[in-house]
Amino acid sequence: MLDSILFYFFAGVAVLSAALMVTRRNAIHSAVFLITTLLATAGIFLQLRAEFLFIAQIILYVGGIMVLFIFVMMLVRLDVALHHIRFRLQRFVALIVALTLGGYISVILFWARKLPGQGLFIQGAAPAERLSPNSEQLAKSLFSSYLLPFEIASVLLLVAMVGAVVMAKNKKGANEP
Amino acid sequence: MNPTLHAILIFLQTWWVELVSGVVIVAVVPLVAGYLVLMERKLMADMQARLGPMRVGPHGLLQPIADAFKLLIKEDIIPADADKLIFWLAPVISMVAALTAMGAIAFGPAFQVARDINVGILFVVGVSSLGFLGIILGGWASNSHYSIIGAIRSTAQLVSYETAGGLAIVSALLLSGTLSIRGIVDAQQKSGAWFIFLAPVAFFTYLVASIAETNRAPFDLPEAESELVAGYMTEYSGFRWALYFLGEYANMIVVGSVATTLFLGGWLRPFPNVHWLNWIEYLPAFFIAIVGVYCIYRAGKQPVAIQVAFMWAVALACFAIAAVLAAPWILHVLHKFGVAAPLNLDFTVPGLNGAFWFLLKVSVYIYVFMWLRFTLPRYRFDQLMHLGWYILIPLAIVNVLAVGVALLLESALGWNRWLAMVVTTIITMAFALFLVHLHDKRTAAASSAAAVTTDSYAG
Amino acid sequence: MMSPAHYLFLSLALFIIGCIGVITRRNVIIVLMSIELILNAVNINLVLFSRIFGDAAGQVFALFIIADAAAEAAIGLGIIIAFFRNRETVMADEMDLLKW
Repeated sequence: MLDSILFYFFAGVAVLSAALMVTRRNAIHSAVFLITTLLATAGIFLQLRAEFLFIAQIILYVGGIMVLFIFVMMLVRLDVALHHIRFRLQRFVALIVALTLGGYISVILFWARKLPGQGLFIQGAAPAERLSPNSEQLAKSLFSSYLLPFEIASVLLLVAMVGAVVMAKNKKGANEP
Repeated sequence: MNPTLHAILIFLQTWWVELVSGVVIVAVVPLVAGYLVLMERKLMADMQARLGPMRVGPHGLLQPIADAFKLLIKEDIIPADADKLIFWLAPVISMVAALTAMGAIAFGPAFQVARDINVGILFVVGVSSLGFLGIILGGWASNSHYSIIGAIRSTAQLVSYETAGGLAIVSALLLSGTLSIRGIVDAQQKSGAWFIFLAPVAFFTYLVASIAETNRAPFDLPEAESELVAGYMTEYSGFRWALYFLGEYANMIVVGSVATTLFLGGWLRPFPNVHWLNWIEYLPAFFIAIVGVYCIYRAGKQPVAIQVAFMWAVALACFAIAAVLAAPWILHVLHKFGVAAPLNLDFTVPGLNGAFWFLLKVSVYIYVFMWLRFTLPRYRFDQLMHLGWYILIPLAIVNVLAVGVALLLESALGWNRWLAMVVTTIITMAFALFLVHLHDKRTAAASSAAAVTTDSYAG
Repeated sequence: MMSPAHYLFLSLALFIIGCIGVITRRNVIIVLMSIELILNAVNINLVLFSRIFGDAAGQVFALFIIADAAAEAAIGLGIIIAFFRNRETVMADEMDLLKW
């Protein structure tokens, strides 16, 4: 009972703020709504017993990536009035994409229920004890089976850091305060 | 019975402790933060050989209430072109982040709002870093130059020092082996010493990083009055400003709690494993009773009747707290005399005593913050960033390596843990001295270059 | 935990909203944010199936996606800043230097 209330709350907040995010004119408002979407997604992770991912999402996504986005938006401040011209054709294309994708996958999800024994709606999930204690389990997998992707991810982050600094550096050599 | 009502009642029955604790945190922490402001003003006065607020209430003790009342009835000014949604939202984010982080902190083995989360420490650190969003959004929404520059400077400083602080936390986590708060304190109890003695460089790094993270002096350039008016708080007035300010002091409490949990042994008394020092357990009640006796002694010397009454009230409060802390022993003694029923001694003693030790350690940590504020001059922004990136982060990284090597020496080569820690700490301190030497060389070169080229009498 | 269908539909809804954001918006920064939304939808899916099968691989994959999203956001924003310095615009339809 509490599970379903929490799920509907987090799912509702996520979908509502996502919808608000893609429709705001003001970019900072979009960023704030993306923050609420990310927090709601973190809540969904917590509900699915993925505690480490919950806190990793909050620290990395909200505390890191969104702060970066807001910084950049403050640097490229544009007048809101420039947003008057909107593309009509893009909306039509978006509608078609949404209907196609949504319809296609919904149909698959509903059809799968009718196939005997092969439903995607598996009623009994694996007991939660298999995934807890969550951080230790995750760390064991990360450092034994997935060690190579882990190291590659660290090299990727290093490359991204160097690349971002090079790209955003002021070519005249003056450093920002 | 109506099934929905039944479900609601079961929910309340299961979760009432957490709900009440949540309400208590939201109600009490701002009050405590207000009294921290008063404590700071009194300490500042003491270190400057004066008395501080003395007018409002006895010895100025009602000053925070008067300040809160004034801020509540002040006019709410919103700048003309400010973004109203975000202007409203920013202080709320700051305060909510600090209060939510307090929810996962364990004040004692029995006092924790969120029943031990698997990722406790990371939760506290992560949620308190959500406060940065409040700062940057507030600075942007104010539509003023001072605010934006203050917000950018503040956030840059916070982000830089958060990396160093996080690495210092990682060093302590290597020693404890788990992220849950109760696990960390249990690891300190098992190893018989607070982690500050095993990894002092990590504690020092975390101290410096946490001072920078809460925007306290000497790192308070973003909100210094002589520099940027009030930084990102310039355009906020009345209760919004109070939310920011209280959020900053609540953040101080959070950061102090993290340092206490990780480095200062949480709710453990000093020397937790030494049996012949068990009498230290009785000290809290004893000292509070002594403070009560002192209050009664001073009550006789007060000139005005209401001050006498106030001193007596304080004395009675001290005796009440001492009685609550010493209740298990009193009941134990009474039980020996056959007067009272037998009491499970283990429940209350670690609980309340532990909470007392925890709060004492957090207070000492915050006292060190305030002491540093009144002693050291402010860092310039480029000096601040240089300290963060060039000195503190390399030191923190080397410290993580050192603690890892020490643990490896202990487990693989069978060294004594203390010997391994001492050796690696000495190597880390040598590295720190090397970094400071590099920094001195660089500043000496810069200042000598400046001294050569600038002519004081030119123009 | 609810039945998997609920989480799958939530993930689908977020994915579609992200796609709409990518296609419809002019501001390149908002396009980047919609891409982050798409990645989050995928994350929900991965964590859901990790919970169903009790395998930590889904959560590990989701963690890598978060790290990767951070790297991509950093580089993308770096490119936007560099472009903004030259052309003073972040609108997608005004970035047309290579058109013939």
